[in-house]
Amino acid sequence: MIKLANVAAAFGEKQVLQDINLEVAEGEIMVIIGPSGSGKSTILRLMIGLLKPTAGEIWINGREISRMAEDELNAIRRHMGMVFQYSALFDSMTVGDNVAFGLRQHTALNDAEIAKTVRRKLRMVGLTGQERTMPSELSGGMKKRVSLARAIAIDPEIVLYDEPTAGLDPIMSTTIDRLICSTRRLLGVTSVVVTHHMSSAFSIADRIAMISGGRIIEVGTVSEIKQSSNPLVQQFIHGWVNSGQIARRRSSKT
Amino acid sequence: MALVPFLETIGRLIIRYLESVGKVLLLLGASLAQLRRRPDMGQVLRQMAHLGADSLPIVLLTMLFTGMVMTMQISHEFIKYGAQSSVGGVVAIAMGRELAPVLAGIVAAGRVGAAITAEIGSMKVTEQIDALRVMATDPVAYLVVPRLIACVFMLPVLVVFADVIGTVGGYAVATAYAGIGSYTFTHSIKVFAVVNDVTGGLIKSMVFGAIIAIIGCYKGLTTAEGAEGVGRATTGSVVTSMILIFVSNYFLSYILYR
Ligand SMILES: Nc1ncnc2c1ncn2[C@@H]1O[C@H](COP(=O)(O)OP(=O)(O)OP(=O)(O)O)[C@@H](O)[C@H]1O
Ligand SMILES: [Mg+2]
Repeated sequence: MIKLANVAAAFGEKQVLQDINLEVAEGEIMVIIGPSGSGKSTILRLMIGLLKPTAGEIWINGREISRMAEDELNAIRRHMGMVFQYSALFDSMTVGDNVAFGLRQHTALNDAEIAKTVRRKLRMVGLTGQERTMPSELSGGMKKRVSLARAIAIDPEIVLYDEPTAGLDPIMSTTIDRLICSTRRLLGVTSVVVTHHMSSAFSIADRIAMISGGRIIEVGTVSEIKQSSNPLVQQFIHGWVNSGQIARRRSSKT
Repeated sequence: MALVPFLETIGRLIIRYLESVGKVLLLLGASLAQLRRRPDMGQVLRQMAHLGADSLPIVLLTMLFTGMVMTMQISHEFIKYGAQSSVGGVVAIAMGRELAPVLAGIVAAGRVGAAITAEIGSMKVTEQIDALRVMATDPVAYLVVPRLIACVFMLPVLVVFADVIGTVGGYAVATAYAGIGSYTFTHSIKVFAVVNDVTGGLIKSMVFGAIIAIIGCYKGLTTAEGAEGVGRATTGSVVTSMILIFVSNYFLSYILYR
């Protein structure tokens, strides 16, 4: 379970997030949408303690993490995974070593068991047999999927996905969407997914939170968001350039 | 008045400088605190191999020519005053106490310190450091400690090679160019040089190794965004390490050879 209470964040003088209140229930898939630069990645970084909030509280599984020391945080992070927006693969290691990293650091599994897990996770993201490839030899979309395999390698309870389907072809995007849903179904994983793909947001989300200008302007189920009366939400999910643009055009035609 | 903003600027610079000194010391403290746990010996050995292989050829070349040029210069003068029997000892002592540790340190700062900063800096700007933290791995324990240990123990090894090759270079020039007898040269080393001339240099080089590793890691971990940031951090790392090596060398000499 994740809970943000009155959270604010800033970079130097620049206020990036204000008054963030958000609860993600256990086993829920929460999708965060919002314009570029609105602070979506920043919310994920707050949730995993990479960034300290300037105000408010962040609760992970009933523990307040915003004032924790790094050692304590690490105990919590062992049950969390994160897919970075730009993959953040360790470029000095092979794909296999990247995926195995968490297992080697934090479990007592032997090499054979680790190799087996790595093979399975790579298969789940459609990268069978790529263990020995170096990240520099991969395309952007393939890196993304390795990052995903690395995040779920330790079977975390909470996974944060920062644009997991960005740069993937439509079929691979659907595969990843299904993977997010099936990890939830099989392992009861709590997921927070940042995405710009509205179709995938609508297909995987239990609830959607829309963020704009550093604030959460709407939270609700897929149908609630689709029927939202907030013009900003409508504009965003339909990709209109001016709010209500298409609606106006349509109504003038008929 | 223009004086106030001027003073403010100076004050700000001093504060920023002291702040980074503090942060470097904190990083050193954090690394030492990590030594409670057993460091990843595989990583340490990999770093040592890397470091040694990277720097040894240049260290050898540098020291060979330093020993040669130094002998060429002093033998000329010494012979004028009839002191050719001191040449070997002076060369060996200068090598052991000062030239080998300082020059090996400078070479290592340029090779190893720069490599450390570039590597960690590019990890920083591509969020790999964040990825380490997300995977519950302390970047200090994982990245800094192995490099610190490797530098502290590898630099003395380089210095041993440097001592030998520098003296050999001196010997070659003394016998072949300056006409000093081979026995005169080696005997002079035996008469003048003592063990402390070498061990003192080795102690120095351990300090230099620590400087190179900590500054290299600090500059890497504090790299600003972008490829440009990595470049700037790398030059900064080399320059800072070199300055610290020269300055600390003076005080170490004062302590070790008073
Ligand atoms: N390290 C940083 N230093 C300064 N400002 C930052 C930093 N990281 C992010 N910001 C600022 O914080 C704001 C939110 O950034 P964030 O990366 O969270 O946006 P985002 O919603 O993830 O955008 P995108 O969809 O483009 O990934 C932006 O205005 C950005 O300029
Ligand atoms: Mg982002």
